[in-house]
Amino acid sequence: MNYDYNLSAIAVPLILAAGSVLVLLTDVLLGKKAKDSAYQTTLTILALAGVFCFTRWGTGGSAFFGQVYTDGFTSFFNLAFLTVGFLVVLNSPNYLIRNGIDHGEYYMLILLALLGMTFMASAGDLLIFFLGLETMSICLYVLAGFHKSRAKSNESSLKYLLLGAFFTGFLLYGMALVYGQVGSTNLAEISNYLAEAANPLGGYMGIGLALLLIGLTFKMAVVPFHFWSPDVYDGAPTPVTAFMSTAPKAAAFAAALRIFYHPGIELGIPWENVLWVLAVLTMTVGNFAALAQTSVKRMLAYSSITHAGYLLVGFLASNELGASGMLFYLFMYGFMNVGAFTIAYLVNRRGKGNYNLSDFAQLGTKSPMLAALMSIFMLSLTGIPPLAGFFGKLYIFSAAVQEGYVWLVVIAVLNSAISVFYYLRVMVMMYMREGEDLADLEKAPTVAITAVICGLAILIFGLFPSPLLDLARASIIALL
Amino acid sequence: MIALEPYLDLIISVVYVVGIVLFLSLFALFATWLERKVAGHIQDRLGPMETGGWHGWLQPIADAIKLLIKEDIIPAAADKKLFKLAPYLVFIGSLAGFAVLPFAANLIGSDLNIGVYYVIAVTSLVVIGILMAGWASNNKWSMYGAMRSAAQMISYEIPVALSLLIPVMMAGTMSMVEIVDNQAGGFWNWYVFRTMPFSLIAFVIYFWASLAEVNRAPFDLPEAESELVAGYFTEYSGIRWAMFFLAEYGDMFVVSAIAATVFLGGWYAPFPFLDIIPGPIWFIGKTAFLVFVQMWLRWTLPRLRVDQLMYVCWKIFLPFSFANLLLVGLWVVLKG
Amino acid sequence: METFFFILFAVVAIFSGLMVILKKNPIASVMFLILALFATAALYVMLMAPFMAAIQIIVYAGAIMVLFLFVVMLLNLSKIQEGGVSALKIIGALVAGGIMVAIAVVVRSIAIPADSGFLRELPAEYGTVESIGRSMFITYLLPFEIASFLLLAAIIGAVVLAKKKLE
Repeated sequence: MNYDYNLSAIAVPLILAAGSVLVLLTDVLLGKKAKDSAYQTTLTILALAGVFCFTRWGTGGSAFFGQVYTDGFTSFFNLAFLTVGFLVVLNSPNYLIRNGIDHGEYYMLILLALLGMTFMASAGDLLIFFLGLETMSICLYVLAGFHKSRAKSNESSLKYLLLGAFFTGFLLYGMALVYGQVGSTNLAEISNYLAEAANPLGGYMGIGLALLLIGLTFKMAVVPFHFWSPDVYDGAPTPVTAFMSTAPKAAAFAAALRIFYHPGIELGIPWENVLWVLAVLTMTVGNFAALAQTSVKRMLAYSSITHAGYLLVGFLASNELGASGMLFYLFMYGFMNVGAFTIAYLVNRRGKGNYNLSDFAQLGTKSPMLAALMSIFMLSLTGIPPLAGFFGKLYIFSAAVQEGYVWLVVIAVLNSAISVFYYLRVMVMMYMREGEDLADLEKAPTVAITAVICGLAILIFGLFPSPLLDLARASIIALL
Repeated sequence: MIALEPYLDLIISVVYVVGIVLFLSLFALFATWLERKVAGHIQDRLGPMETGGWHGWLQPIADAIKLLIKEDIIPAAADKKLFKLAPYLVFIGSLAGFAVLPFAANLIGSDLNIGVYYVIAVTSLVVIGILMAGWASNNKWSMYGAMRSAAQMISYEIPVALSLLIPVMMAGTMSMVEIVDNQAGGFWNWYVFRTMPFSLIAFVIYFWASLAEVNRAPFDLPEAESELVAGYFTEYSGIRWAMFFLAEYGDMFVVSAIAATVFLGGWYAPFPFLDIIPGPIWFIGKTAFLVFVQMWLRWTLPRLRVDQLMYVCWKIFLPFSFANLLLVGLWVVLKG
Repeated sequence: METFFFILFAVVAIFSGLMVILKKNPIASVMFLILALFATAALYVMLMAPFMAAIQIIVYAGAIMVLFLFVVMLLNLSKIQEGGVSALKIIGALVAGGIMVAIAVVVRSIAIPADSGFLRELPAEYGTVESIGRSMFITYLLPFEIASFLLLAAIIGAVVLAKKKLE
């Protein structure tokens, strides 16, 4: 019997799994003497996993009886997750130490969340996808409530857990229906069934796939399943918010691409129309809610809903350009959001601690570098050329136009125009407003380094997008 | 004439269940008498001597009659429905275990292919009944007793299950009959003596942990008289109390019978030539011996503290069980 | 005979499921939940999956429900005070009932294609311990191992959130 246990196919998750245990052990054994041993170990593990991911770039094929795909798509997303993870971990200690919650478990949970995400992106079987999703979600529930002494953090964790469990129900029900219809949870088997069946989406298949998609849209925070996200993002510790608003979203989109772009699996016209409506709603609702926010953290939370809407446009286009645009966008979105949240955190320390927009006053003169970086993030989130965010949007929108979704793109562009208002408001505040007695900025090297890395990445990939885009395209071709 | 054919299974089942209930009652009567005798002799007394003449053999019957005619008290503040339901639930949990006890090759309620697992499952019902009783009584002692009991039973279920897995692994089946059949041909084939010393360790762990499962000394904290009056059945009287009592002795029999089945060769004689003696006698004999050992332990060992109880379970039994499981697994694989 | 038992257990399951949400006393709710789980386990037996049934009883009825009981008892929840009938509640009930009817209509109206997995013949060894063990430890080894990390994350998470002071 051919056992097909190719461990090198899951090298990255294996490193993360071993690493999570290692972090826990180092924290127990060395934590007393060397306070930041868990932190350093985590960074090392993430770097190691990144190196493995890069040197063993997926070349196609599958392992574990077709349950895990080892193609470029997997590797691309693994790299994206690891990058976000690295950046988040890099700037975490400042927040954790200041709030007295610097426990090794934090890093371990981040590693395990990343482990779940890698399986979501590489899943060739609904079971693997589901387990990956749950591993990720459970870690996030805990991370959101990691700041136990703050009521808001607890609220965030509880809301996320309750709603998450509810939507897991949808997801599982959908998977059960698909399994009942096909007799297997394997994606390849499902597409075989769809190819051979007389009436592919007949019976419970259509409903099953739709429920699956609904479960996923919850994780993407698509309207009308977005109600949790502002409160959850707002209440969670800021580094965790940076993490939650980027990597899990990427993972959910990765899984959606993996399942619904799988050759032979299709949703069918009625559901595409539903997605069209959802995309419009997501962009618009997120935008208008963001307009009304006075807290930068909440504004970013709502804006991340809007960005899910843009990504849905790319998802709907379902062609090579749109998909590779999504990959590019998701990768860059990680840099933009993590950067914006870290600066928001740093600036917040000047004010009363509620992430008020007015804390940004006079940042332009007090700390020109931070102000410049924040401007980069805001402009890139708006989609101003030549920053990376612009190219992401460009590819996605032009792909949608190619497929005939002209009105959708018109709405998307209009929404982008609206979003200029609240992104630029931050810049106006930094450069043009007088601040009242605000405390001085503290020195936080790791946070600053994170922001610089993010800013540089956005600049570089904005000026030279083609290498990453080629990589994304190659990954997508493997998928399609 | 009604055609009996389609209902034959049903009739046989009913007869079997009635038989088991009768057997259980008789066993409980005998066991209460034995318990007093054992306790008496260990404490250098004689135990009951008066009722019925010879060594007070009528004492249990007298007790039973006393219990049946006693006033049935339900506390005013109790949750009446649950209070009434609890003893039956506990009793059913204990009785359900009898369904898969192989008294002999063809004297078994149902030879399920998950027999061992089934027993573990149904005994977990007892916990719910006990918690119900403790809560419904609306009495501090009952509640404490029930809590202790639940914590203890859930914890000890793990070492019990892990050590039962060892004979299951060796036999490659969970069917009670097949497990016994694999031990035919003399005591050296019994699982307790194969793969020495692992299976012996498993047997010892099973036996000790099962004492905790049935709330017997030295693990009888749930009903520790000196602290909790009588634990979860403090408020019960008359027939309902008798149900708990019956269930306790039933449980003692079930756990001992399982030990006899999976470790001590079930209905087979220790030497092949002794197989002329019918299987059920061997089976009940082995079980009765283990029940006697339980009583013996009860009257010689002091009770553990709660923390000691948990320590023994999680830090001694559990790691040993896991190591044992691993080693026996290796042994089975290497032997092919 | 089989239909009779199916209807019996299905009715018990649904009835106790309803009771879980209708009973005002939380302890009674938990008790009915246990009953519902037992009825489901019985349905598993009828679906030729006795092992799953035993697992259902051990894990849910035996362990998880006992923890539920523990929590409910320790919190000493009294009967839930309800604020009577409000317009919102009526609307909620109507919407929920409407959705239920809609689901029932949809489910009844869907014809299951003949080639679907629902109607496939079961293999002979279906539901036995051996076949479950084989598929769990050979074909589905990877999901099994991921599940172990899922549980590890859950344990660590529970400790992190529940412990008063992390050291």
